[in-house]
Amino acid sequence: MACINPDGTLTSSGLAMLSALKTPITLEEVAQVAGLPLFRGRSGVRDIIAGGLVEEEGVKYSLTELGKQRLETQ
Amino acid sequence: MEEKIGIEEEKKQTMPRLGEPAPAFEAVTTQGVIRLEDFKGSWLILFSHPADFTPVCTTEFMGFAEIHGELQKRGVELLGLSIDSVYSHIAWMRNIEEKMGVKIPFPVIADLNKEVANLYGMVMPGESKTETSRCVFVMDPEGILRAMIYYPLTTGRNMQEILRLIDALQTTDKHQVATPANWKPGEPVIVPPPNTQEMAEQRLKEGYECTDWYLCRKNL
Repeated sequence: MACINPDGTLTSSGLAMLSALKTPITLEEVAQVAGLPLFRGRSGVRDIIAGGLVEEEGVKYSLTELGKQRLETQ
Repeated sequence: MEEKIGIEEEKKQTMPRLGEPAPAFEAVTTQGVIRLEDFKGSWLILFSHPADFTPVCTTEFMGFAEIHGELQKRGVELLGLSIDSVYSHIAWMRNIEEKMGVKIPFPVIADLNKEVANLYGMVMPGESKTETSRCVFVMDPEGILRAMIYYPLTTGRNMQEILRLIDALQTTDKHQVATPANWKPGEPVIVPPPNTQEMAEQRLKEGYECTDWYLCRKNL
């Protein structure tokens, strides 16, 4: 995964995306705030959803409890 | 036996067609797992090279990195591909940065199982059964395949021609015109030929620069 290291810690792009998601935002906003091209935003969000760190709420995305914990401990 | 495997592999190859949706894929890249649909809304250049750590490919990668900024200004993303592992890609890209001082800013597909290469007809068995030729596929923001370029293993591509191709396609979309041979941005474009006699007569009155009724140019 491009956003989560094999040991479960976040990569720099993963951390940037999770930090961008402190409040629910759209995928386009995640990419913009994290400073990533849109295609990286899309693939990255897929990664962190699969890792249980983020969930989809309609057109917006927000941190799960696990995502909030990971962000605090990173 | 080897010949039989070769023929079967050749059969698995498909050729994409211009004007149709580009074949969908999901692939491991140097920037994580990427799907074609991730590029929706952007133009995309998917290009293949024969192998990592080879001389012509290295000059091409430096060339693609050099035009990356110009492509970004035009809303175009780049995606490379070869039949190498992601570790080989990473090592080669680090080597290019260390030895040539050029950072590769775009992802590169590690297509070890030739899944994407076969989907796009990138392997030319007459040249090599184990390497992809120098292919370029241009997809528009809707994911439609708009242009293809195939170069042999021996011949590096012309980056300025790739930029010119993007400029021509985007000009066509924006102004519904065609572009003549050797066209460059700022030069007159071609007004599409008329479909009826009435249109042919009408266009002669519209102030275009017409050599004849079927060949009219205008400035944008």
